[in-house]
Amino acid sequence: MRIVVASGKGGTGKTTVATSLAQVAAERDAVHFLDCDVETPDAALFLHPSLDVHREVGIRVPRVDPQACNACGTCAEICRFNAIAVVGETTLVFDDLCHGCGSCTWMCPEQAITEHLFVTGTIDSGTTPDGIAFARGLMNVGQAMGMPILRELKKRTPSPMPRSSGAPRRALEIRDAPPGASCPVVETMRGADFVLFVTEPTPFGLHDLKQVVAIAHDLGIPAGVVINRDGIGDDAVGAYCAEHDLPILLRIPMDRRIAEAIAGGRTLVEAAVDYRPKFRDLLEQILAEATV
Amino acid sequence: MNVAISIAGQTLDAPFDARFGRAESFCVVETDTGNWTIHANPALSASGGAGVLAAQLIARLGAQAVVSGAYGPKAHRTLSAAHIDCFLAPGNEARSAAEILDAFTSGRLALADSATHGGHHGD
Ligand code: SF4
Ligand code: SF4
Repeated sequence: MRIVVASGKGGTGKTTVATSLAQVAAERDAVHFLDCDVETPDAALFLHPSLDVHREVGIRVPRVDPQACNACGTCAEICRFNAIAVVGETTLVFDDLCHGCGSCTWMCPEQAITEHLFVTGTIDSGTTPDGIAFARGLMNVGQAMGMPILRELKKRTPSPMPRSSGAPRRALEIRDAPPGASCPVVETMRGADFVLFVTEPTPFGLHDLKQVVAIAHDLGIPAGVVINRDGIGDDAVGAYCAEHDLPILLRIPMDRRIAEAIAGGRTLVEAAVDYRPKFRDLLEQILAEATV
Repeated sequence: MNVAISIAGQTLDAPFDARFGRAESFCVVETDTGNWTIHANPALSASGGAGVLAAQLIARLGAQAVVSGAYGPKAHRTLSAAHIDCFLAPGNEARSAAEILDAFTSGRLALADSATHGGHHGD
């Protein structure tokens, strides 16, 4: 079961919800947590994993053997990203434009091209004190492309800690999506069984919610909503959800303890234990909604 | 020699376009004879690497020099590899390709030794 926690914009409490959901789930289930916000992954600040495995990831970029290359220009013509250029007798490769598609290597009539790893980021993984298998992708500064890291992150499923006692555990993967509604958000949602939207009951919240709801709808993934800072603004979000058959699974009121928890590097359910049953209930509702 | 000028139009009277990769077209002038040709910039619709694509066109057209208002690092690297000199003309006043050509032939334009801006994401 793969659950994505998403929001149209940053600062809605997405990570607060995702980390609390993960902690509550880990009480009895085997939980993988993937921080998919490769530009600013911050879930580790709340879940405190010991990140002891680091792996460099990147894309395969072409290198041209000048001896074998006859400057025919095929590679430059085939490249949709203008990442390889042939001028005169010289072939140039621009690693930061390359998407690693392999077309040039494949098409070169002289087999003058070999591929090399161009590192764009790192995947860190480890386990949290409460037994959550945690992984995050971190894009190198100055890189424009987070997608290769995201794909690797989704592929890599770290093994959760074995536990000796209790009922058989369900395998749950919780993905903390990047903010916004662009390609990385789509990639995070792809293959998921449920998307949980975290939003605020304001006109801005509603505007951003609509965009991410459209993505989940296009991908055919069932979804539900958590309204954070409930009570501020109006209930246009509520009306929108009713209209679009989006169940509101939890309302979190303005609560001083939430801000304090964030400032102290703790999750909401750690700072305010009365939220534990609510998040347990949220999880069970998600699992029920995802399997109808 | 052949010089290419980035312009926004179809004739020598067309206004100078200070952007290299995203210029509407290029005017290639044979300075000895004054003969000129106009070539649409295929990079106009490119989603990324516009400078690289435009630079390859300039190389294919056989220009030895190019005049534009700004060069990104990838455009500059591609033009340099093709041994094409990159000249700079200020783009902040409206001028025609003919005026730019005049400034070039009278030696009033400076060379851009390196990229004049850091490039754009995906450009
Ligand atoms: S396709 Fe191969 S031989 Fe042709 S220019 Fe590219 S690298 Fe050289
Ligand atoms: S691998 Fe693909 S994107 Fe990269 S240079 Fe070759 S054709 Fe272009």
